Amino acid sequence: MSNRFEKISRFKDSSFKIFGMFCTFFGLAMLAIFISSIFNEGISRISWDFITSYPSRNPAKAGILSALAGTLWIIVITALAAIPIGIGAAIYLEEFSKKSRLGKIIEINITNLAGVPSIIYGLLGLEIFGRMMGMGGSILAGSFTLALLILPIIIVATREAIKAVPSSLREASYALGASKWQTVKSTVIPSASSGIITGIIIAISRAIGGAAPLIVVGALAYVPFVPTSPTSEFTVLPIQIFNWVSRPQAAFLVNASAGIIILLGITFLLNAAAVYLRIKRSVKY
Amino acid sequence: MKIKSLIAILAIGTTLFASCGAPKSDENTGTSDKLKGEVKIDGSSTVYPISEAVAEEFRTVQPDVKVTVGLSGTGGGFKKFSRGETDINNASRHIKEAEGKSCEENNIHYLELEVAYDGLSVVVNPANDWVKDITVAELKKMWEPEAQGKITKWSQIRAGWPDTEFHLYGAGTESGTYDYFTEAVVGESHKSRGDYTASEDDNILVQGVAGDKNALGFFGFAYYEENKEKLKLVPVNDEDETNGAGAILPSVETVKNKTYSPLSRGLYVYVNSVAVDRPEVNEFVKFYLDNAGALTREVGFIPMSDEEYAAQKKKYEEFMSTHVKK
Repeated sequence: MSNRFEKISRFKDSSFKIFGMFCTFFGLAMLAIFISSIFNEGISRISWDFITSYPSRNPAKAGILSALAGTLWIIVITALAAIPIGIGAAIYLEEFSKKSRLGKIIEINITNLAGVPSIIYGLLGLEIFGRMMGMGGSILAGSFTLALLILPIIIVATREAIKAVPSSLREASYALGASKWQTVKSTVIPSASSGIITGIIIAISRAIGGAAPLIVVGALAYVPFVPTSPTSEFTVLPIQIFNWVSRPQAAFLVNASAGIIILLGITFLLNAAAVYLRIKRSVKY
Repeated sequence: MKIKSLIAILAIGTTLFASCGAPKSDENTGTSDKLKGEVKIDGSSTVYPISEAVAEEFRTVQPDVKVTVGLSGTGGGFKKFSRGETDINNASRHIKEAEGKSCEENNIHYLELEVAYDGLSVVVNPANDWVKDITVAELKKMWEPEAQGKITKWSQIRAGWPDTEFHLYGAGTESGTYDYFTEAVVGESHKSRGDYTASEDDNILVQGVAGDKNALGFFGFAYYEENKEKLKLVPVNDEDETNGAGAILPSVETVKNKTYSPLSRGLYVYVNSVAVDRPEVNEFVKFYLDNAGALTREVGFIPMSDEEYAAQKKKYEEFMSTHVKK
């Protein structure tokens, strides 16, 4: 009898293991197929000219200069806007606010906000930043919209990182006579920093890929100049890629692949930076 | 510490970035006066390639005028246009009554200029050997709202066609292309059956039809032209002998001389009367009408005749001399 049960549970064990392996490899295989086909099609199109040319009706002459510049502007200003607010909110919620019913409601709402479709943020940004605050279709309006989009992600990630700091560290700090702010500043944040950085990078990676909210806010597609200030009009890589993908001429699809490779490159660099910082700063207890 | 250095890096990045955007004046054209300023265009993604091409060429004449083109769609573009946020709106259909009204409310007068034609092409899979031509009435039978769930097989459309299900592919309901097709085929704009594969990206429709023996789809002529080997073009018969007898295939010729009917459509730009008083916008609109003919074929659309462009230009000049100046 017991032998049979053992066999069954062993079978269950091994079949779940196989299922898990299948799931893992399925995702990886899809990613590999996608990346290899993109690289196959686009890598030969990447050249200095491609990076330093403006968009054109002629696919062989078209480039991504204005889109790349727009994307870098957007990353920088979105990060400047979202990181301090996100971390500040997370510290308050985790360390200072009382665990009341209101706190609970705020917590649930922030988690829900992380799942709101990005186009909704686009509409919000258009109304508030674009129209009410008169920013129009500028880089600022786009960046602030994306900052709203990624705030919940930063807040949730930072809170998780702060929660993971053992309370023994805080207690030790208090025992030395440190105030609450001193404890947060010198003990909690440094120990949580690797988790916080990971959250920030994931959030910014999401912002980089956003085309829909920016189109709603008023980002353009054909921009024959590099934006020189945050109030300038702009376009970004995902919009340029989206535009090329929907064109009838096959040569534009090659351009789109090349654009995707550049975009992937930027995200990859950001992720590499995150991994490096995490390894450098991770603390073992 | 860490946060400070992060902010420092970001700040340095910003300044570096701002400094590399110094304007470069390379073109030396030697034409009349150099204009400055900007021309803001938004609207239809169908018309976008034409406006992009014109903007690109305009840069060689007036390098200091910043012409930008957006992709908000015809309707989204008209929303901005009616608030005076853009100077020119690309449109793949005429302005709607409600859109015209909101322009009026904001004191915006406008002029419609036709800039090119497109032939909405009806296509099937190359393996489809039974559809040799189709009438508008048959298309209506396939696409009208009442067909949903009832008309599902080829044999229901024409006797002799096989007793298998057909699959429809067409533009998404938000696009001007959808509005035009439904108006021309069903008889009422924005009304059709809902159970078809819809995409705003015509390349996806091309793939759908190319991979499905029982498919029938419609999209812009350029998408057929670039994928000829994967698709079979279907001649359309409007059963009206006055504009060409029998079923007619879309081509540069038949779209231009309007015998490919009713699926030939015009593409438009709408200009704002306040904006055209700015010399750079005025110059750009004139340049547009002078050069659209040569550029449209290059980006896949069908140019109008020279006389028609001249007529549009005359219409524009009249508008310039009569509209109310602010």
